[in-house]
Amino acid sequence: MDTRTHDDTSDHAVVTRDTLTLRLTVNGKPRQYAIEPWVTLLDLLREHEHLTGTKKGCDHGQCGACTVLVDGKRINSCLALAICKDGAQVTTIEGLAVCDRLHPLQQAFMDHDALQCGYCTPGQICSAQGLINEGHARTRDEVRESMSGNLCRCGCYTNITDAIMEVLEQEGAR
Amino acid sequence: MAISSGTGVRIGDPVNRVDGVAKVTGRARYAAEHPAPDLLYGWVVSSAIAKGRIVAIHDHAAREVPRVVEVITHLNRPDTPQSDSCYKDDVAPPGRPFRPLYDERILFNMQPVALVVGETLEAARYGASLVEVEYAAEAHNTDFRTALDERFVPREKRPMFEQPQNRGDARSAYARASRKLSAEYHLPIHFHNPMEMHASTVVWEGGGKITVYDKSQGSQNVQRYLAHAFGLALEDVRVMNQYVGGAFGSGLRPQYQTYLATLAAKKLARSVRVVLTRQQMFSHVHRPEAVQSVALATDETGRLQAIVNDATTSTSRFEDNMETVCDWGLMNYACPNAAAESTIARIDTYTSGDMRAPGAATGMTLFEMAIDEMAYEAGIDPLQFRLTNYSDKNAMEDSPFTSKALRAAYLQGAAAFGWRKRTAEPRSMREGRELVGWGVATGMWEALYQKMPARVKLLPGGEIEVSAATSDIGTGTYTVMAQVAADTLGLPLEKITVRLGDSDLPKSPVEGGSRTAASIGAAVQAACQQVAEKLRAAKGRIEKPIEVEVTPSGDLAGKDKSRATHSAVFAEVRVDEELGVVRITRIVSAVAAGRIINPKTARSQILGGIVMGVGMALHEEGLIDHGLGRFMNHNFAEYHVPVNADIYDIDVIFVDEPDSEVTPLGVKGVGEIGIVGTAAAILNAIYHATGKRVRSLPATLDKLL
Amino acid sequence: MNPFSYARPTGITEAVREGATRHARFLAGGTNLVDLMKENVEQPERLIDINRLPLKKIEDLEGGGLRLGALATNSETAYDPRVARHYPLLSAAILSGASPQLRNAATNGGNLNQRTRCYYFYDRATACNKREPGSGCGALGGVNRIHAILGASDQCIATHPSDMCVALAALDAQVRITGPAGDRVIPLTDYHRLPDDKPWLDNRLRPGELVTAIDLPPEDFSEHYTYLKLRDRLSYAFALVSVAVALRLDGKRISEARIALGGVAHKPWRSPVAESGLAGEQVSREVFANAANALLDGAVGHGDNDFKIELARRAIIRALEQAANGTPQSLFDKRIS
Repeated sequence: MDTRTHDDTSDHAVVTRDTLTLRLTVNGKPRQYAIEPWVTLLDLLREHEHLTGTKKGCDHGQCGACTVLVDGKRINSCLALAICKDGAQVTTIEGLAVCDRLHPLQQAFMDHDALQCGYCTPGQICSAQGLINEGHARTRDEVRESMSGNLCRCGCYTNITDAIMEVLEQEGAR
Repeated sequence: MAISSGTGVRIGDPVNRVDGVAKVTGRARYAAEHPAPDLLYGWVVSSAIAKGRIVAIHDHAAREVPRVVEVITHLNRPDTPQSDSCYKDDVAPPGRPFRPLYDERILFNMQPVALVVGETLEAARYGASLVEVEYAAEAHNTDFRTALDERFVPREKRPMFEQPQNRGDARSAYARASRKLSAEYHLPIHFHNPMEMHASTVVWEGGGKITVYDKSQGSQNVQRYLAHAFGLALEDVRVMNQYVGGAFGSGLRPQYQTYLATLAAKKLARSVRVVLTRQQMFSHVHRPEAVQSVALATDETGRLQAIVNDATTSTSRFEDNMETVCDWGLMNYACPNAAAESTIARIDTYTSGDMRAPGAATGMTLFEMAIDEMAYEAGIDPLQFRLTNYSDKNAMEDSPFTSKALRAAYLQGAAAFGWRKRTAEPRSMREGRELVGWGVATGMWEALYQKMPARVKLLPGGEIEVSAATSDIGTGTYTVMAQVAADTLGLPLEKITVRLGDSDLPKSPVEGGSRTAASIGAAVQAACQQVAEKLRAAKGRIEKPIEVEVTPSGDLAGKDKSRATHSAVFAEVRVDEELGVVRITRIVSAVAAGRIINPKTARSQILGGIVMGVGMALHEEGLIDHGLGRFMNHNFAEYHVPVNADIYDIDVIFVDEPDSEVTPLGVKGVGEIGIVGTAAAILNAIYHATGKRVRSLPATLDKLL
Repeated sequence: MNPFSYARPTGITEAVREGATRHARFLAGGTNLVDLMKENVEQPERLIDINRLPLKKIEDLEGGGLRLGALATNSETAYDPRVARHYPLLSAAILSGASPQLRNAATNGGNLNQRTRCYYFYDRATACNKREPGSGCGALGGVNRIHAILGASDQCIATHPSDMCVALAALDAQVRITGPAGDRVIPLTDYHRLPDDKPWLDNRLRPGELVTAIDLPPEDFSEHYTYLKLRDRLSYAFALVSVAVALRLDGKRISEARIALGGVAHKPWRSPVAESGLAGEQVSREVFANAANALLDGAVGHGDNDFKIELARRAIIRALEQAANGTPQSLFDKRIS
């Protein structure tokens, strides 16, 4: 079993069954890990980084609770092997607030009571930021469809949509 | 320092949730998120058969996995008690509670048969996939329809089961009547599926003490359960559930991961975390399957003459779970003759349990579908039918309510919905390629009150700490407690800290049944009043904290009266006439629930119940392969809960319903009323749109082709 | 998920060489493979991360047409202005599948190669000839609501879950493949297999081969198309039945028709008889009904999915109407036009 690791993972194939070097920028901070390739990005964040804001709701890409932004795009972190994201910028819920000021989505979610138990909330908010970044959804129907990858068993959907529409309108007005 | 009124928040203000910041920033920690030194991870291995015995377990390969520390099975588990009473929690129904990993017997499919413990989640997960179990299968039955043949009335019933009370002679009155209807309705098994999977982190504190972070609706119930099951002193077990990712009843009883994590911690003298997979969330508690037979009869003017409302719900072979299913129909309508029989039938699953509005979400919903059919049979508008047969009092117990503003709810809801414009004939309303249907149904739920303590501590700097062992499962308990304190003491919310979800705090029962706001609210108010008195006595100046723990005393006024919340739910559906696709485009729910502490969070509770009602009506169903005795759609991809695109406009109206008797604060609780009757309003609307009566939920498109 | 070795080649030749290793699997977006590995349905010993390969571009082809890189994501493809303008059927199909999060990660090649969502395939405690040849088919005689009504065998009644492939089938896309034996191109309609007596083979990709691109022919059906998807909730669910239609009309006369069905078979389902039957005909419900009957010729239900036959019949007719009227199904307005 070949256990070589290469520090510069960008040019060479890395061939190993043990830990690999992974470099990520997590919420603006450069991080380096030695992890096995079978660790998901979700488990890396929760168990290795202790950033438990990102939630595990199903672990199979069927609920969206694990949504984070990777290079600005929303994905399900439970189906991403962390090692595949080498070099990427990862933004989690913990990285959205700036200097203790709540992100507009966080404030809107609170104002519209777009949360109850709070477990799907980080995923909803990261997904909403991803939606805004994508720049496609504008109407209420478009937002509802575009947020359908985030389940909420507490049933906050109408409030979630209200919150996102408010932020979209704010952004549009800017 | 003075406590002035008018500066703070009042009861009735729609303030933002006080735990909102913790939740939107991701700082709130749920059961699987509390760190512990040297933490081990346990991964559950689940049975592949529904009934029989484990013949052998081959765990050699699992043990060989690097960083796997142990494989625990019934063969090597620590000694655990022999008596059933040690495994019974406060909410357990009569019977023999399940003992995880106790012996070789398999009682239900996906029963836990081993726990693989590893230094990392990945090691435990991989090890679990390598455990091979040999079974000797026995004949099983998961088919409720055949189980019905052996339905029975259990001798020992759950304490909270309310026996239906018959009146008059319903069966004769039915036989005599000119207009009648008899039909059978069916509800499949539903799973709670809160977004947070069941999880426990057991922290091995040393000295025989453990702290358990659990996904639970009652930390003290779990504390007692673990103490009894593992022979620990109560003071050596601390259970914390400060943030719970939804529960809807699935956290009333400890689930098996709590037991397994504690078992492993005890065996290994280390901290252990066990998180169930989403698939395993289909291996335990669920809303029971139900068949309800309803016979109704009216006279020529549409007045009800007979109600027969029999229901059978499912339970396991080892415990007798039972719900109050039949009473709602008997309580809600004026009718001289009514009879009901509530029975249960056994299938080889885990024991069914309470899921949001247990009994009523089933029994009132299915009954309201029958009422709709009867209205049509009698040629009367369904809303008018309900008004014609309205009962001001509890028709089953013949007792007045402390308040019942259901009539106002019907009228206000109808006005907001535009019910007046409805044309009665099915298939008479359409737009484009869609048939439009408007349906109505009644909701009812009990408004209970339980005396419980709250502790309030006033610090010299003017800050307040309010504590109780109760829970907030998304229901807004944190905010309710803070808001009542703010109102009573005239303080801003920023000065108030709420502590809950900790078995060390003042004694609370499990959070369920929509009683918490009323009960803990009253306790917080009483405790704050005492603090205010002490502060006045000290002339507004204190050097040391004032701390009181108060349980409201005295009886409720109108003790013998009935106490309930009511709602009138209106739904508009649009059904594609060719393809059977249903869109629920408008719902109006007018709720009479007494005094509303926080209209913002209360509205969310109703919205949540309504969305679950949508799931009941159109989507949710545990699909069982009866040959295997196994739920096949055990994941979020194939067990469908509503998504955002399924939910259109929902309007919630809180009907004015002052009530000085129901509970000390006049509060009734709104956690469950939202789901009751909602699916019926939708199914009734589907009938109005299509002329098709769907009596077996969910109304999937194949039933409408 | 079993431990595995991990390689990250940067060149295609290197990737193909790696792919020839026994028990190796190519990993792109991972939205299907990682899911299956967590269920221990797929247990590769080696994962070859191909995300650095130069296969991401969407390029104009000389003479018209578009080459979709195998590693372009589903989202990038659906929103590419050229795809949206000339192949809106493809955009609509992609955007009706999965969720934005999944589409942002999933690649075109991965979408082709995704495996069935049959409950029994996914559940190692049950019998599945696709997962374990010879073990039986749990869906036959079990729960089969989401299963095939066409082209199945007595060994397997699974369906292919992709929406994108249904549109690609209707558009006569070509799949470009490279491998140890060199390059080849096969029609998308030949790419996926029927289960017959080898249900473990989903498609015609040979060991070590890699999809490099999907070519769309120049034919533009952007005026008369629709992707109609019927499912058990309004979003984020697999198709019970879906219909991709692309028509070329000359006034009210159909000059060319393409119809492909999803959710009903082990591959997107087309019928040359149905399509040639439509060519030259005037648009009418009767003509559409004939096409539906031809498409559903031989359809058989297995109990829970019997309804799919009638549902498909009606869906085909409705989809043809939508396409003929120039009112394709909207993704956001869930009224069926």
